[in-house]
Amino acid sequence: MSTILPTSSAAQVDFETHAKSFHIVYEHPWAVRFCHWANTISLFILAGSGLQIFRAFPSFGAKIPQHHLFNVPPSLTLGGWLGGALQWHVTFAWIYSVTGIIYVGYQLSSGNYRQVLFRLRDLRGVWPMARFYFFFGRKPAQTEPYNSLQKLAYTVAVLLGVISVLTGIVLYNPVQFSFLGSLMGGFHWARLWHFGVLVALVLFVVGHIVMVLLHGWNNLVSMFTGWKRNPDYLE
Amino acid sequence: MPKDLEEKPGRTVGRRELLKLSPLLLFGAFALPKFQPGLLKGGLDFSDRASAQWHRKNHLAPTFADAELTPFDQFPLNSYDIDDPDVDLTKWTLTVDGDVHRAGEYTLARIQALPKFTQNTRHICVEGWDVIGRFGGVRLSDFLELVGANTQARFLYFDCADGYYESLDMESALHPQSMLCYEMYDRPLTREHGAPLRLLLPIKIGYKSAKYLTSFRVTDVLAKAGYWEDQGYSSYYGL
Repeated sequence: MSTILPTSSAAQVDFETHAKSFHIVYEHPWAVRFCHWANTISLFILAGSGLQIFRAFPSFGAKIPQHHLFNVPPSLTLGGWLGGALQWHVTFAWIYSVTGIIYVGYQLSSGNYRQVLFRLRDLRGVWPMARFYFFFGRKPAQTEPYNSLQKLAYTVAVLLGVISVLTGIVLYNPVQFSFLGSLMGGFHWARLWHFGVLVALVLFVVGHIVMVLLHGWNNLVSMFTGWKRNPDYLE
Repeated sequence: MPKDLEEKPGRTVGRRELLKLSPLLLFGAFALPKFQPGLLKGGLDFSDRASAQWHRKNHLAPTFADAELTPFDQFPLNSYDIDDPDVDLTKWTLTVDGDVHRAGEYTLARIQALPKFTQNTRHICVEGWDVIGRFGGVRLSDFLELVGANTQARFLYFDCADGYYESLDMESALHPQSMLCYEMYDRPLTREHGAPLRLLLPIKIGYKSAKYLTSFRVTDVLAKAGYWEDQGYSSYYGL
């Protein structure tokens, strides 16, 4: 069979000697898989310790009088107390940032970003895909490893990651980064943005996990081994 | 086509690629009680060193107009146990020792004879809230000069009347906004805000601005870093 490979870095192998012929495609290079999982671990730790930090002052208003926005259940938190949570949070903020930078750097330098970066021309593919997933529409033809909706989701997730780090830096060092903070509307707003990004990332993760469950075993395995068996865009 | 793929398609190469992710198992060390405290302390210290690195010596913390001040009665008290440690204000002196030329007892009048300045700055608590207050006092750097401190030494160490203790790196102590504060909102410090003398450090997180100071040491070695620091908070925490 002949297929145009999705990216320069991807490799494809066909097996027709087997009883049932199949092909596998190298879809996720090591750097992408490693950063994906290191980032996943970091994100869960940052969310848990972040919620513990939030428990110290669960409000976005004044200290006096203090109105609790809501109380985070301890079972969702990490670190035990504010000091412990801060240790987890700053430690994994580094791991999260560094693996994020390696991921983006690898994608850009290898050209691998072409298969996943959302661009304007992907815009018209978003609605058909959303109609398929959420409104029982017909499944659009798959011609690439990532469909338009996926590209949009993953590109937005990277942007959320960038915003989470930048707002975090402002919260950690608001004096040294006072200019960056003023772009966010000041210390208060940076704190609100930082929390908003957490909410958005949680929504992304939930959607991501639902999609992974819907797309089955071969798809999940590819994020561990890099190789995907019989991807639907090669059918 | 990779050679082992030609021979054993599928499983072998998958297993090999999976093994390449094994460095991720190192994260497991964070779950082991034997390694966890050291790793987290290491992360905290690394962060402290990094933020000391990008700390700009004379970069000023933002200052604010009087109209932006948090009303005095809404300036929080986050004293860790007591609001009034019973300081005898008539007999109070600040004990100065360590790497200084003129060790001894310094009265409040002697400190207040140094050039006074006031600043409206933001006080940010590690808990996440912040307020803008008006503070009056003397530059810590002027006081260091008065006592003949060796400014090549690494740290200042403070003891407080309520048992609190705190440390400060010399570079931050020499910052033009670092203050020995004896006034808030143009009135002498009240007891609950640290009378008669407190630290006020706009370039540091709130818990570094210790209240009820009683003694002051210039030193290269810290036996203790601070009340909260010794329980796990950052000891540098520059803003």
